[in-house]
Amino acid sequence: MPTTTTGPPGAEVRQDATVAARAVDVWKVYGSGEAQVAALRGVSVDLGRGQFTAIMGPSGSGKSTLMHCLAGLDTVTRGEVYIGDMLVTGLGDAKLTRLRRDQVGFIFQQFNLLPTLTAQENILLPLSIAGRKPDRDWFAQVIETVGLGDRLSHRPSQLSGGQQQRVACARALVARPDVIFADEPTGNLDSRSGAEVLGFLRRSVRDYCQTIVMVTHDPNAASYADRVVFLADGQVRAELYAPTADAVLNTMRRLDTDPVDTSQTVRA
Amino acid sequence: MLLATLKSLRSRKLRLILSGMAVVLGVMFVSGAFVLTSTLAASFDNLSASVYSGTDVAVSGKAPVAGGEPDENSATVPAELVGNVRAIPGVEKATGVVSVSGARVIGSNGKVVTTSGPSRLGTSWSGTADLRQLRAGRAPRAADEIAVNASLAAAAGVEVGDRVGVLTLQPKKTFALVGIFGYSGNRDTIGGAQEVSFIEPVAQELMLGKTGVYSAIVVKAAPGVAPEVLRDRLSATLGDTYDVKTGKQLQDAAAESFREALSFFNNVLLGFAGVALFVGTFLILNTFSILVAQRVEELALMRAIGASRWQMIGSVLVEALAIGVVASVLGLGAGIGVGALLAYVFRHVGNADLPVESIEIPASAVISAFAVGTLVTLVAALLPALRAARIPPVAALREVAAPDRPLTRLTVAGALITAIGVTALGIGLTGQGGEATLLLLLGGVLVTFTGIALLTPMIARPIVSVLGLLFSWSVPGRLGRLNSARNPQRTAITAAALMVGLALITGVHVVLESATASFTKMVDTRVKADLIIAGEPGGDSMPTFDPAVLDRARQIGGVREIVGEYGDIAMINGRPSRVNVVTDLAAMTRMLPLRTIEGTLATLPADHVVVDAERATELGLRAGSTLQVRLARGDVRTMTVAGIYADDDVYRVGGWILPAEAVHDFRVAQPSFGYLRLAEGANAAEIRKQIDALLADSPEVTVGDRSAFIAQQSSQFDTILAMIQLLLALAILIAVLGIVNTLALSVLERTRELGLLRAIGLRRAQAMRMITVEAVVISVFGALLGLAVGSGLGAAVVRALKEEGFTEVALPWEQMGTYLILAVIVGAFAATLPAIRAARVNVLNAIAHE
Ligand SMILES: Nc1ncnc2c1ncn2[C@@H]1O[C@H](COP(=O)(O)OP(=O)(O)OP(=O)(O)O)[C@@H](O)[C@H]1O
Ligand SMILES: [Mg+2]
Repeated sequence: MPTTTTGPPGAEVRQDATVAARAVDVWKVYGSGEAQVAALRGVSVDLGRGQFTAIMGPSGSGKSTLMHCLAGLDTVTRGEVYIGDMLVTGLGDAKLTRLRRDQVGFIFQQFNLLPTLTAQENILLPLSIAGRKPDRDWFAQVIETVGLGDRLSHRPSQLSGGQQQRVACARALVARPDVIFADEPTGNLDSRSGAEVLGFLRRSVRDYCQTIVMVTHDPNAASYADRVVFLADGQVRAELYAPTADAVLNTMRRLDTDPVDTSQTVRA
Repeated sequence: MLLATLKSLRSRKLRLILSGMAVVLGVMFVSGAFVLTSTLAASFDNLSASVYSGTDVAVSGKAPVAGGEPDENSATVPAELVGNVRAIPGVEKATGVVSVSGARVIGSNGKVVTTSGPSRLGTSWSGTADLRQLRAGRAPRAADEIAVNASLAAAAGVEVGDRVGVLTLQPKKTFALVGIFGYSGNRDTIGGAQEVSFIEPVAQELMLGKTGVYSAIVVKAAPGVAPEVLRDRLSATLGDTYDVKTGKQLQDAAAESFREALSFFNNVLLGFAGVALFVGTFLILNTFSILVAQRVEELALMRAIGASRWQMIGSVLVEALAIGVVASVLGLGAGIGVGALLAYVFRHVGNADLPVESIEIPASAVISAFAVGTLVTLVAALLPALRAARIPPVAALREVAAPDRPLTRLTVAGALITAIGVTALGIGLTGQGGEATLLLLLGGVLVTFTGIALLTPMIARPIVSVLGLLFSWSVPGRLGRLNSARNPQRTAITAAALMVGLALITGVHVVLESATASFTKMVDTRVKADLIIAGEPGGDSMPTFDPAVLDRARQIGGVREIVGEYGDIAMINGRPSRVNVVTDLAAMTRMLPLRTIEGTLATLPADHVVVDAERATELGLRAGSTLQVRLARGDVRTMTVAGIYADDDVYRVGGWILPAEAVHDFRVAQPSFGYLRLAEGANAAEIRKQIDALLADSPEVTVGDRSAFIAQQSSQFDTILAMIQLLLALAILIAVLGIVNTLALSVLERTRELGLLRAIGLRRAQAMRMITVEAVVISVFGALLGLAVGSGLGAAVVRALKEEGFTEVALPWEQMGTYLILAVIVGAFAATLPAIRAARVNVLNAIAHE
């Protein structure tokens, strides 16, 4: 295996309380026979608690697949996935549903909200489904942070894309999940709305110690993260800590020109 | 373009199959009806050909009273005529026969063997030569001996050697059963008919009222003489006092009346077909609307790359045509199966013993199957096709969150169409439609339904929201409620399918319930009799009882007065009219109060009549006027109007009342009803028991108080209700299809939404509950609409029939409640498949865009 992954010092310790999600030698193979595609080939990665991690890589490199596997949305072909210290691999649908309900939050690129519900109802939906009472103060604080106070009774069709995405963020945050997974959350937004959403994600990591994993194509978006993990051909190829947009861009270029031997950890 | 259409058709097989199912059902009933009737008719033709094979020509009497009831019973030929006929050249053989319906056998259980239509014949035994074949025992030789056909023996549970009671023109007589016979071809019955064979004089006495007469003379032509020639010769010789017909003519007439009897089945099946197709139209319309809505982007893309509007319309209609053709083929196949199955049932269960030799598939079945199937589908797809054509090409480029179409236009159209339908109904119901009344009524109902279906989207949102509140305590329930209200048109049309069926059933139910209520009220307020002797209405002959019972009952202590009522058809001034005889008019007016308008009702001397005001006005009669009356067995007599009574008093002794001695000239000189008034403080239960004992030999009637009488007389509604329940089952089946279809399409359409919900933690069971709530809300909405519309229609019919005695409007609350509960069950049932589908939505596929 040409790739090694090195986390920050201390991350090697299993069951570490500071790890929110972990992939251990994860393989994901689609199809069979001739049409076989190995979307992930032995990915191992630890995602620190209270960290904002960005996953980058060329199209088709397995970013979404990795995220789906980490979030328990998809099963892995080989290897193990943990959320906190819970082994996700092999869980049944009922347990997975509960995991998603209680420990994981999602933000998608598009189609994030139920069109029949108001913004507020959408935000509180995971709690309603779980039959939990929302924490009033926390709810108010989240609304305050996303700046949606005057839009709560609107339906998604009456909100702009950026506002919709902020509602989705608030929904993910309000249940205080262990990890929030976001797949290209700004992919559909203009740069200003995108910046708003990213800033909000950044703040929730810093202020509320929320763990966020975000897939993105945008070096700018990645620069909001604490750490960037680069994938190519289903393998982790590089990592950056405290990245700047330029450093991200550079790494990406290097991966493009020299796809095989760039395994390294870079500290910006 | 066509290729693209067919390809997209293939990719949506399941949805189209579901929507096509309703058309398949409709076509099935249409072609099934044609197959059944022509199969049975062909079999019957074979049968009657063999029945009349020995008859070249038949001579029968002309009935003195024509029209109304079957007139054969009173038409006779004198025995001397047989000799005259024999003497005519070309006649090889002439035999006098008695064969008249009205011989009712009392089975081993003490009950009269009933019939569902075929005659209960009393005949003279004329040997086993041609048709009859003895199976057991021997021919009847003495006056107290009979033979019966095998199917009758089986139905009555009797064997050779038993003593068997038979009701005829005379009260019960008991005979020794000496023989059981079948017919050539090893048949147990001819078309389901029951036959009791007496020796000739007994048959004449009991079936024709006197000896020395026959009901017909069967003539066999000498070799070389054509039946037609012989017929003409006979009628020239005998004059026009007699009817002379060839065997072929008789055979055709029998086939004709058989076809008429079958037309009932035919109409029932066609009615089912109508309901299925009408409701199916909604289903298809809905399916195509949803499909078009879901394919907005695809269709817009086609427009963007140059497809014309006509091509869009064409592409939708081609799909519809394909479905219509496939549904027609399937429906035709199923219809042939159903027709064959029913023919089989008819033969074996209905005891008709019709030899069904082959299944006839008439061209009409095939043609109607395709015409109906494709036409209905095309018509239903027209609106969605037009909608598809209106999709702008830009819809492909931007994501349009299909805006709520304003419902005003639809609502206005709905109101207009409803108004037209209601007007047509009104004209039909008030009887101003003349010839077109039936058409007006049917069309009115259909148009009204369509109009209301168009109106429903407007009320769907508020009502569905309110209904959904019942389920809002849980998150899935609330989501389901929101989903059912989010597309009012779709919800409304889905609900409309259920509405149509339930409205029809509720409407009929309201009419029947009102009839019972009106009848009850009338009996309660008008009839002063304490006990009533009566039989169940319906059947081929009016139930009657021994007149001696009247005299004996009068002797019972505590009976103050008793009146017997006889009924028949007579010719009055040359027109067939229903006439009654009451044994004691004065007593009758006390028990069924009649108000005298003219003359007197106190006494009714011989050759006098009493009549109600309406008929009197119609014929311009006053007290003292005379009229020509011809009873079934007598000559024309001149009678005088003794009194006229108010017609609003009519309870059921409507019309003409004749004096007691007229009974002797009635076809059946036995009363059908008896009314008793008891003395103060008499023990009604005890008296009833004694009268019961007197009626032991008259098993067709029972004695009871007013409420028992009401229950008995309304029992005829049970058959109608049974039919209606069948209709209900069908309508519900189609409604279930509709709900399944709509929900399945909605689930498909909301796959991503479901995926999102599942991603954020909705459990499978919760997802299923969400769909179930949506289905239940839709079906309850449909049921409520159906109940409301049905009640309205029923009440309108009842109001329109006020003149006919429908004084009360009564709603069948209990049944309506049952239907509502049924709707809940139906909704939950219909939700199963879509719900399972929703629960199986793959979270990953659903959220991974494109
Ligand atoms: N359901 C599937 N069946 C077969 N192959 C799949 C499936 N899903 C993904 N793949 C393949 O797996 C590989 C990784 O896909 P993935 O969606 O993870 O890429 P990605 O990095 O998210 O790309 P993008 O940046 O374009 O979103 C691709 O080669 C893709 O073709
Ligand atoms: Mg992706």
